[in-house]
Amino acid sequence: MSQKLLQVDRLTTGYRTQTGHMVEVIRNVSLEMHEGETLGLVGESGSGKTTFGMALMGYLRPGGQVMAGTVRFDGVEIFGLGPNELRKLRGKRMAVVPQSASLSLTPTMRVGDQIAEVLTVHVGLSGSELSERLLELLTQVHLPQVAELARRYPHELSGGQLQRVAIAMGLAAAPELLVLDEPTTGLDVTTQAHILDLLRELQEHFGMAMLYISHDIGAIARVSDRLAVMYTGQIVEDGPIEEVFGRPVHPYTRGLLSSVPRVSYAGLPRAMDGRPPAPGEHEVGCSFAPRCTFADETCTTIDPTLEPIDPDAKIAHLVHCHHWQRVVASEDFGEMQDLKARTKKAVELEPLIELTEVDITYAKRGLGAFLRRLRGVPEPPMTVSDFTLTIHRGETVALVGESGSGKSTIVRTIAGLLPPRAGRIRYGDQDLTTKVERRPIEIRRKIQMVFQHPEASLNPRHTTKQIIDAPLRLFFKTDREQRLERSASLLEEVRLSPRYLEWYPGQLSGGEKQRVAIARAFAAEPELVLCDEVTSALDVSVQAAVLDLLAGLQADRGVSYLFISHDLAIVRAIADRVVVLYQGRMCEVGPVERIYAPPFHPYTETLLAAVAEPVPGARARLLAKDVQEAEPPARGCCFQRRCPRRVGSICDEETPPWRVAVEGHLISCHIPLDELRESQVDLISTSSI
Amino acid sequence: MVGLTIVVVHLILAFTAPLIAPYSPTHIEPSVRLEGPSADHLFGTDSFGRDNLSRVLYGGRVALLVSFTAAVVAVTWGGLLGILLGYLGGRVDEVVMRVIDGLLAIPSLLLIMLVILALGSGFSVLVLTLGYGYGLTVVRIARGATLAIVARDFITAARARGERSRTIVLRELMPNVLDVLLVEFAMRSSWMLLAIASLSFLGFGISPPTPDWGRMVFENSELLAIAPWGTVFPVIAISSMVIGINLASDALSKAMGLERTQEAPL
Repeated sequence: MSQKLLQVDRLTTGYRTQTGHMVEVIRNVSLEMHEGETLGLVGESGSGKTTFGMALMGYLRPGGQVMAGTVRFDGVEIFGLGPNELRKLRGKRMAVVPQSASLSLTPTMRVGDQIAEVLTVHVGLSGSELSERLLELLTQVHLPQVAELARRYPHELSGGQLQRVAIAMGLAAAPELLVLDEPTTGLDVTTQAHILDLLRELQEHFGMAMLYISHDIGAIARVSDRLAVMYTGQIVEDGPIEEVFGRPVHPYTRGLLSSVPRVSYAGLPRAMDGRPPAPGEHEVGCSFAPRCTFADETCTTIDPTLEPIDPDAKIAHLVHCHHWQRVVASEDFGEMQDLKARTKKAVELEPLIELTEVDITYAKRGLGAFLRRLRGVPEPPMTVSDFTLTIHRGETVALVGESGSGKSTIVRTIAGLLPPRAGRIRYGDQDLTTKVERRPIEIRRKIQMVFQHPEASLNPRHTTKQIIDAPLRLFFKTDREQRLERSASLLEEVRLSPRYLEWYPGQLSGGEKQRVAIARAFAAEPELVLCDEVTSALDVSVQAAVLDLLAGLQADRGVSYLFISHDLAIVRAIADRVVVLYQGRMCEVGPVERIYAPPFHPYTETLLAAVAEPVPGARARLLAKDVQEAEPPARGCCFQRRCPRRVGSICDEETPPWRVAVEGHLISCHIPLDELRESQVDLISTSSI
Repeated sequence: MVGLTIVVVHLILAFTAPLIAPYSPTHIEPSVRLEGPSADHLFGTDSFGRDNLSRVLYGGRVALLVSFTAAVVAVTWGGLLGILLGYLGGRVDEVVMRVIDGLLAIPSLLLIMLVILALGSGFSVLVLTLGYGYGLTVVRIARGATLAIVARDFITAARARGERSRTIVLRELMPNVLDVLLVEFAMRSSWMLLAIASLSFLGFGISPPTPDWGRMVFENSELLAIAPWGTVFPVIAISSMVIGINLASDALSKAMGLERTQEAPL
C-alpha cells in the first residue's frame, strides 16, 4: 500500500433539530485510506456509516453541516471545493455504488444509456469509442449478452444484474475511490457471493481504493483489507482485518462479532445487551459505556481517544477504549450458547399439522383462465407444487430458499390467506384448505403469525396495549382489566417493561417492535407460530436476542414453529428439521444436522457454498449460475437450469425421485446419493478455516 | 398558526354578528345610499343605503355554515365509500370507481347550477349538491390512502386472526386514513366557500335579501367605479377566509406528515 489517498481528520458533522439543538451524527472521526486499499466500515443501523460514506464525497443530507474537521482527497479539502469542482471530482475520481440499485437507476432510461452518460460527461468519450467502452464495462462486471442487455430498462433486469450495472456505472470513469454502500444487502446469498467475488476481481484489475460500508460482517470479511467499526458516529476500532477478527480489542467489536450467527456452529450466538443511544442522546463519557461490561467511572465521565495498541505496528490497529488491555486479557469472547441443549425441548411425535401434496398458485380461476385454456395457452406452473410436510408438536421446522422460492406462499396458505389449488392440509381432524373466514375460531387462535417487517405489521396508530389487546379481545371472553393484566405479563415475557404499554410503534426500536409482534402472536396462546423472516430486518445484535426469545418461549410453552429464513446460520441455530425449497418445489428435507453435511442436494450445496462466513478472506466456492428464474420449469427437476451437477436431458424431462439418505432425510435428485456423497466436500467445516 | 387565527377570527365574527353589527343587514336607509366609509358606516353603504359592515359581518354566516356542512357531508360519504372500496378491492371497486370517474367528467359547478335551477337554492339543496360534487374527489383520495394501508402487514395480521371486516375497517384502517380525511375536510371547506361565492355571484346561490359575500360582490360590481368599497370588503372577506383555511390545512398536513416521519420509515 502506497500513497495516502484519503485523509479524514477529526471530522464532526451534524444537523440542527427543530428545537434548535445541534445533533452530532459523525463525531470526531479520523481515518486514512491508501491507494488500492479496501476498507470495510461496519456498524449497525443508525451508527452513521452511510452519512460518513457520503460525507467523503462532499455530500451532506439537507440540513446537515460540517461542524469541525477536514476531508482531504489526494491533498484537496473536499468541503472547500465549489459545486463545479466537486461535480468534476465525483463520478470521475470518486464514485458511489448506492445501496439499492433498483431505486438508484432511472426507470425510464436504458441501462446502457445511463452508463454512457458517465462516460460522456467524465471521460469525454463519444461515437464508437463510447459504445466499445460501454460493452467492455458490462463484460467486466460479467453481465451476459451485453449488447442486448445495454438496451434494456432497469425493470427488465434481476436484482443481481442491476447491482452489476450500478457497479459498472461506478467504475465507468475508473475512479480512484469507490464507495460501496451496502451493495449486497437485500440480495440472495448466491447472488451476494457472486457480487463479492466480482468486487475482489475488479479491484485487482482497476486498482482503485474501496470503502465497503455494510452491517454484514460476513460480506465485509470477504472483501476488505482493513476493518473500521463505527458506533454512534465514532470509529471505535480500526485495524487490519485479520487482527480485528482474530483479536478484537474493543468490547463493542467483540459483542458484534460474537452475535453473528455462524453456519459452522449449531448454536445460538450471544446477544448484546441494551441498545445504542439515539443521535444526540449521549452526552458525556464513552457512548458504549452503558452497554459495556468493562465500564467503570472513567468511562462514564471521559470519552476515550482513538489510539494505536502497538505504536510500532506497520499498519496501525487503533482502538477507542480506556480498558482495552483488560478486554484483551479477558477470555470472554467467541463462545456461543447451545440453544437446543439449554432449552432441552422434547419434540413429541404427535403430528400437529399435515400438508399433503399441496399445490398453490396465484393465478385466478374464472372466465379469463377458462378462455385461455380454450385457446390452448398452457396454464402457468404452480407457484408451489407437491408440497408435503408434517410439523409435530413442539418442533421447529425451517423453510429455506432464496427469494421467490415460495416460502412465504406456503405460510400464507397455512394462515388461510391463500387457499391451495390442490392437496390436503389437516390440523388434527380439521381441514385447513379453507379460507381463514371459514375456519372455526379455535383454529384461528391456534395458528399465529409473526412477520418480517415489524414496521409494517404493527398498526402505527395503535399503542402497544391496543396491539396486544386485539387477539385477547377476539379469542378470550375476559374483561378489560384481565386483558390489561395479561398484556402486561405478555410484555414481560418478551422482556419489555410494562411501561411500553402506552407507547406507539414509532417510539420503539426495530427489535422492540418485533418483540411486541411476538407478544401479539403469543397472546392468542397458539400451538403453531408461523415466523416469516422474523429476524432479517434486524441488526445482528438484536437478531440474536430475538432468536433467544423465540427459543425460550418454545421451551416454556411447547409451541411449534414454522420458521422461514434465507439465513442458513440462523436456521442451523434454531431448527429441528429443515426443508429446502427451490421455485416452490422441495429439494431436500431432513433433520437439521443432516442438512449441513453431505450428501447435499445440489441446490443446498450451492446455498451453503455461498454463505458468507465472518472469516477474513473467505471466498465462496461458486457453484450455480447466477440467473434469475421467472417461473419454474414445466417438466423435470426444478433446479435444472442452474444445477452445477446436471446429469443430462433426464434432468429436463423427468421429475427426480426422492432418495432416502437416512430415515427422515430425503433428497430429490437423479444422482444416486452415494455418488453425491463422494463428490461433495463437507462445506461447513472447511469454510471455517 | 396564522391560518388558524384567521379562521377563528372569521368564525367568531360570523357567530357574533348579531351582537356586533351596528345595523340590521337588511335595513334600507334611502337617505345614505352609496356613501363612502365614515364613522357611521365604516365600510360605507350600498345602493339601497344598507350598511356594508353589517352586511359583510352577516354575509359570511350562511356561506360558512353551508360550506362546512357540505364539507362534512362530502368527506363523510366520500371517505367511507373510498375506504370501503379500497378495502374490498376486486370487482366492486373496479365498477364503482369507473362510475365515479364518469360522474367526475360532468363539470360540478354546472351540475350544481342545474340542480338549483330545478329545486331552488334552499340550504339543504346547496349542502347536498355541493357535498355530492366534492365528495366524488374525496372517494378517490380516501381509496388511494386506503390502498396504501391495506397492503401492509398489520391488516394481513388482522385478517389472519379472522377479525370481522367491520373491526378491520374501523379499528385498523380508519385511524390511518383519518389524517388524510382531516386535511381533505379543510381543503374542501375552502373550495366550497369559493364555490358558494361563485354561485351567489352568478345568482344561483343564497337568495336575496339574505346577505352573502358573493351576492354582494355581484350587486356592487356594477358600481365599482363610483363605490368600490361595496365590492372590496366582501372580496377581502372571502379571500382572507379562503387563505386562512388553506394555511391552516397546510399546517395540518405538515403536522400530520411530521408525525409520520417520526415513525420508522416504510
